[in-house]
Amino acid sequence: MTKNNLKAKDFATDQDVRWCPGCGDYSILAQVQKVFAEMEMNPDEVAIISGIGCSSRFPYYMNTYGMHSIHGRAPAVASGLKIANPDLSVWIITGDGDGLSIGGNHLLHILRRNLNVNILLFNNQIYGLTKGQYSPTSEVDKRTKSTPMGSLDHPVNPLAIAMGADATFVARTMDRDPKHMQAMLKRSNLHQGTSFLEIYQNCNIFNDGAFFTFTDKATKKASAIFLENGQPLVFGENDEKGIRLDGWKPQVVDLEKDNYSKEDLWIHDESDLYKAQMLARFFDDPRQAEYLPRPFGVLYATERVCYEDQLIAQLNEAIEQKGEGDLNELIAGSVTWEI
Amino acid sequence: MSTKIEKEEITIKFAGDSGDGMQLTGSLFTGNTALTGSDLATFPDFPAEIRAPIGTLAGVSGFQLHFGSRKIYTPGDECDVLVAMNAAALKANLTNIKKAGTIILSTDGFDKKNLRLAKYADGENPLENDSLSNFEVFKIDITKLTREALKDSPLGTKEKDRCKNMFVLGFLYWRYDRTMQGTIDFLTQKFAKKPDVLAANIKCIKTGYHYGDTTETFTTQYKVKPAPLEKGTYRSIKGNEALVIGLITAARKSKLSLFYGSYPITPASDILHGLAKHKNYGVKTFQAEDEIAAVCSAIGASYGGDLGITGTSGPGLALKGEAIGLAMMLELPLVIVNVQRGGPSTGLPTKTEQSDLLQAMYGRNGECPLPVISASSPSDCFEVAMEACRIAVKHMIPVILLSDGYIANGAEPWRFPKAEDIPSIEVNFKKPIGEDETYFPYERDEKLVREWALPGTAGLAHRLGGLEKEANTGNVSYDPANHEYMVKTREAKVAKIADFIPEQKITMGVEKGDLLILGWGSTYGVIESVTKELSEEGLQVGHTHLRYIRPFPKNLGEILKNYKKVMIPEINNGQLSKVIRDHFLIDVIQFNKIQGVPIMKAELKYAIREVLENM
Repeated sequence: MTKNNLKAKDFATDQDVRWCPGCGDYSILAQVQKVFAEMEMNPDEVAIISGIGCSSRFPYYMNTYGMHSIHGRAPAVASGLKIANPDLSVWIITGDGDGLSIGGNHLLHILRRNLNVNILLFNNQIYGLTKGQYSPTSEVDKRTKSTPMGSLDHPVNPLAIAMGADATFVARTMDRDPKHMQAMLKRSNLHQGTSFLEIYQNCNIFNDGAFFTFTDKATKKASAIFLENGQPLVFGENDEKGIRLDGWKPQVVDLEKDNYSKEDLWIHDESDLYKAQMLARFFDDPRQAEYLPRPFGVLYATERVCYEDQLIAQLNEAIEQKGEGDLNELIAGSVTWEI
Repeated sequence: MSTKIEKEEITIKFAGDSGDGMQLTGSLFTGNTALTGSDLATFPDFPAEIRAPIGTLAGVSGFQLHFGSRKIYTPGDECDVLVAMNAAALKANLTNIKKAGTIILSTDGFDKKNLRLAKYADGENPLENDSLSNFEVFKIDITKLTREALKDSPLGTKEKDRCKNMFVLGFLYWRYDRTMQGTIDFLTQKFAKKPDVLAANIKCIKTGYHYGDTTETFTTQYKVKPAPLEKGTYRSIKGNEALVIGLITAARKSKLSLFYGSYPITPASDILHGLAKHKNYGVKTFQAEDEIAAVCSAIGASYGGDLGITGTSGPGLALKGEAIGLAMMLELPLVIVNVQRGGPSTGLPTKTEQSDLLQAMYGRNGECPLPVISASSPSDCFEVAMEACRIAVKHMIPVILLSDGYIANGAEPWRFPKAEDIPSIEVNFKKPIGEDETYFPYERDEKLVREWALPGTAGLAHRLGGLEKEANTGNVSYDPANHEYMVKTREAKVAKIADFIPEQKITMGVEKGDLLILGWGSTYGVIESVTKELSEEGLQVGHTHLRYIRPFPKNLGEILKNYKKVMIPEINNGQLSKVIRDHFLIDVIQFNKIQGVPIMKAELKYAIREVLENM
């Protein structure tokens, strides 16, 4: 069942949106509402499950079913819900703290199980709701209230984690590129299996500009590479740069100065697991003098049977083999006697 | 020719190395006993290690069976007969044998190495000195007899030795004048694909039986008449089995799909195993990545319209605390089964304890009262499982069900009901509404219960969450008066459950008098039988046993007033005692045993006499 003619605003609730003015979350909310309308989603058949954190307020602002659960556990709640009702369109909203720190374990397991749900991970490299401590994705030496001398922890690479958990759909987008985000949300929604979409999201209060290198007009083209299936890996102010593979090593080449043409470049193939693993590893700190551009788009997409479908298939198989369970047989067991 | 002696009751303990197959031997002998019409109770007692070092005291695995021609309430204090497969098994159980009791020893388990592992002093051998002179001792070289019986078998020596327990079983079948056919049928099914193993097992049972019959040392057989149990059809049931059957029955009777999210933990794992075997009953089992995911998945399933259940033991309940609070705030049905074990921390995983009553009552952040109910015997787990589901669904609330290791693994005969005689559990999902209507997720009925609105229902889209919510609308609210109102409302909602549960009854002894013995959970059997015996002596004692601990049955306060004093025996440091004092402002006499084992009849009886004498 689909409801036609719904507009983006029909997916908004009457609740005041309480994110800080200027927060990247506003853009994400707007794109999700727009995409849900464009894809003719029925609000009654959507359930949005979140954990705790700024991002996790998301369900309150969506006129669908929703649950603001507890810190880090949204994937577990969503798994039970999807198994109970596989017909629902289930979306998990999480952040870098919620999904990669306290809830890291659940993220790993939902990805490997591959339930047909969608995960949007809002990454702002900071704890916002608790007012500005460094997060698992913060760069090393981050000065925050909890790390006055700089953070020591090496940052988590979310997409490499997803690839390591054998996720079937791994993508990245950013709050400041609405068109790209809409395209990624649509791809996520269409994917059969767990889609994992990392969204670079600016926290203008506690970590302003964390991703500006990749999102700001002045530097975006030189530092971000937008992946398109079947197309060469090209970036740069005038698409003058590209990535080629030198054996197993990705190499940045200048198409104008070096002796290479587009035919020599790495052609993106979403279905190539090994290349996707390498793309996920394009994670250099842009503060370095030389670094690989950060990839945006679908790094990896493959088909694998969904957990809930197999679970239901096992129930049906058991009924086929043994017949529908008879309650009296269950209660009596195999050995009885009369007194 | 042997003589046959009739006994009213017998307690046997099978003890050996955890690899000796004592649990199987005990279970098979129990099944065989049940078929003779005796009443019975069992108590398996195994080490935490799967295969502790062979021959050591730490590796001793035991199985105690008490059966008789009268009503049997407990697995028995001391045993009449100890079967000890090695020196460690003897040493670990020597204090547990009745005076002049019988010990059946496997002599091959008393060689130098075994004696050393059992920590006997150098040169000390209980088979050779007079330390066992007060007992009737039968020394049998079971290994030698088993190997001899199987000399033509193609099995290797190791596999042959594994049949030793069948020799023991056969010998006991002779001693208690039993038939072997049921066990042979069982083995035939079990080893259908291993004909050599099957043949060896059957050969050993028969050899054990004939050994008793033909060896002149053994002159006496014992017989126990059927017990005067109520007429009906019976089966043998363990607590965890009964929980499995009760949960599935509740799902059927409420026409809901059962979703069980769990993480393996002793002694609750058998519930997960048991449910996973019954997929043809529509049972969905989900082995989650941890305890928290287990309960959260069950909450998600309940949100989606399944009967969400999670099971665990004490440490797991601690991990689930925050999520249980969430379910309480969401006001969704959820059943949390806690098969308690010795605590705190990892504690005593394979030992029993009524460890978590206070955790169940209070172990969550904030004001988070929940219904708590407990099972009093293996078969009672069936009723209590259904009752937990009924309350959860009817009152839209998480219910904590307390069982423990003792009843989880203990067995008793169960006169089971017919499915058609079990009442159905009513479930009313909120119906779709039209576009001109408004849905208020926290609108309540006269029980203070909100409706169960499933995602996917037209017109009911709403948001739930752990943040405090405004009464009626369910919107997030930080209003001070609203928070107080909601806390009070949630508490009143739990209290109202008392209107829908039966009144408390005295199960044994006087209705008014000197001493009330108040119990909960697995102490039912021992309290009931001690109260019975003391009442028969004319002492003014009564026994009442709680199934409902939160809320208490409405008349419990009245019952407490009918006695001069109240005693509460518990396998913990006095948890119900605290709750009763707090709730009723009366003092109680505590009787606490915190040794990882059930309360013995003798010790409880002694304590009660002491109280009565000093009154």
